[in-house]
Amino acid sequence: MFILDEEQQDLVDAVRDFANRQLAPHAVEWDQAKFFPVDVLREAGGLGLGAIYAHEDVGGSGLTRSDAALIFEELARGDTTIAAYISIHNMVVWMIDRFGTDEQRRRWIPPLATMEQLGSYCLTEPDAGSDAAALRTTAILDGDHYLLNGVKQFISGAGASSVYLVMARTGEPGPHGITAFVVPAGTPGLSFGQNERKMGWNAQPTRQVILENVRVPVNHRLGEEGGGFVIAMKGLDGGRLNMAACSLGGAQWALERTVAHLRTRTAFGGPLIDQQALLFQLADMATELEAARSLLRHAASSLDRGDADAVSLCAMAKRFVTDVSFTAANTALQLHGGYGYLADYGIEKVVRDLRVHQILEGTNEIMRLIVGRAIVEDAQ
Amino acid sequence: MKIVVLVKQVPDTWGARRLNLDTGWLDRGGSEAVIDEIDERALEAALAYQDSNDAEVVALTMGPDSAKDMLRKSLAMGADSAVHILDSRLAGADLAWTARVIAAALTKLGYDLVIAGNESTDGRGGVLPALVAEHLGVPLASYLDSVAITADSIAGERSTELGTMSVRAPLPAVISVTERTAEARFPNFKGILRAKKKPVTVWSLDDLGADAAASPVRSVVLATSERPARSAGTQIVDDGTAGVELAEFLAARHLI
Repeated sequence: MFILDEEQQDLVDAVRDFANRQLAPHAVEWDQAKFFPVDVLREAGGLGLGAIYAHEDVGGSGLTRSDAALIFEELARGDTTIAAYISIHNMVVWMIDRFGTDEQRRRWIPPLATMEQLGSYCLTEPDAGSDAAALRTTAILDGDHYLLNGVKQFISGAGASSVYLVMARTGEPGPHGITAFVVPAGTPGLSFGQNERKMGWNAQPTRQVILENVRVPVNHRLGEEGGGFVIAMKGLDGGRLNMAACSLGGAQWALERTVAHLRTRTAFGGPLIDQQALLFQLADMATELEAARSLLRHAASSLDRGDADAVSLCAMAKRFVTDVSFTAANTALQLHGGYGYLADYGIEKVVRDLRVHQILEGTNEIMRLIVGRAIVEDAQ
Repeated sequence: MKIVVLVKQVPDTWGARRLNLDTGWLDRGGSEAVIDEIDERALEAALAYQDSNDAEVVALTMGPDSAKDMLRKSLAMGADSAVHILDSRLAGADLAWTARVIAAALTKLGYDLVIAGNESTDGRGGVLPALVAEHLGVPLASYLDSVAITADSIAGERSTELGTMSVRAPLPAVISVTERTAEARFPNFKGILRAKKKPVTVWSLDDLGADAAASPVRSVVLATSERPARSAGTQIVDDGTAGVELAEFLAARHLI
């Protein structure tokens, strides 16, 4: 069922080549220096990573969610943080491609597809995270412009991005009063908070996005007034799969490093790999990652087909894959002993990076809520 | 302009590479098979010209069935079509025969310019482009560190022990490029998707005529032996005098 076709194998090979050459050798250094490698992102854009599942007429690669799951797993083996940022960028691109007019698509996507320009997704606010429908940023129609005011929290790429996809309230309280806007960098009134100090994801900036009387023309509105929440949630379905894939790639890399470490590290007269207790842990890691991979690919193909249960499957995949991947990465750290705790080995970075995947793009608790509600709905 | 790039499938230099000690041939099962990096640069030289000029780029290889994967990568990078010389009789063909076969294929295919890597990372012969040029009766400019292609000529620089030679030749011609030429582009997703729709022609020896089919002389490997394991070298730990020690080490062997 999950055998890659020749074309997918070639895509994966190309991504592996890129990750091995451009990401992996620098991942630890970028993490330590908190360096956001925009030049390398441009090269990623050249490969086709800037608009993976956007249409080809605007520079997209025209691939599927199933292809993307493979691509992000491979990319994350090189650098989980950069892979995760590329996922967020793609979420923005997809929302413009899917919900924008032809004029909007042609205006915004080509430079995002090449990653000459970067995108940021602005939904969360200081007081509205999991309860996104409670967001308070406002957009008030004033002639042929909207006036935006509010603060967006935890925004990846903020300050470096050229395009901000902002969810703001144009109407009633709750999800139906939310509208999506494209706000370009440099718009007067748009500013950014300080770069947050974080546990992981250090190679991409995270800042507040502050909107003070930001004036954008009406044609920067994406979709209809009140349609923003649906756009935001649909974007997240795919984002969740990508984040799961990023976790899986990081954990798979950590597992392989651990096997190599246990084969060469000796204690009590032999290589550690001969200790059955440790071997069993490797077996459990491999088994759980393989189960995670199966669920991820199943959910991705379901989203490609547009199945009715795709939303629930994406939530299941996000919750399960990010959980077991974090556990596997943490086990990999333990099995590396003291070396796992050293930055140079890269393992502790993966653990720190993967930890946030259990929180963002919908916490794993919210994922359970989505899945649980779907079960109850089905039963009625 | 029709540019034919000679590409070869070789064992990945990142892995261990082995010979089959019975036949003296390359053990192809022993490591991952990839397009030779130097051939990627040869292809890059052709594609760079094609980027801003009207040109058709054909990737040509002689090799086993598995070489088709490497041809697909050449197509993904931007070649317009590919030719695969595939014939089990060619297994273990030496340089002389290989050159005859490739020259026959080039004659059948037609070309204005043939670009090859200067030497493969497995065979390391470094003479195939010269042999091919000789068969074709066209000029050869080998081991070029830089390449300038025009509609009717080729020019470039090659390093010698004493300096640099600027060479030029009218087309048609054969050239080979070194690792100093531009690094190859990555195939992008669009290229990969397009590659499947591009034509790959497969020719057997019978398609290439009697001249190519039989080799009048044939070099045969008489014996091979495994390279002895490397003995431990001299380790210098820098306590402030490593420079002097290194200089003495080299001077003692008359290397400086």
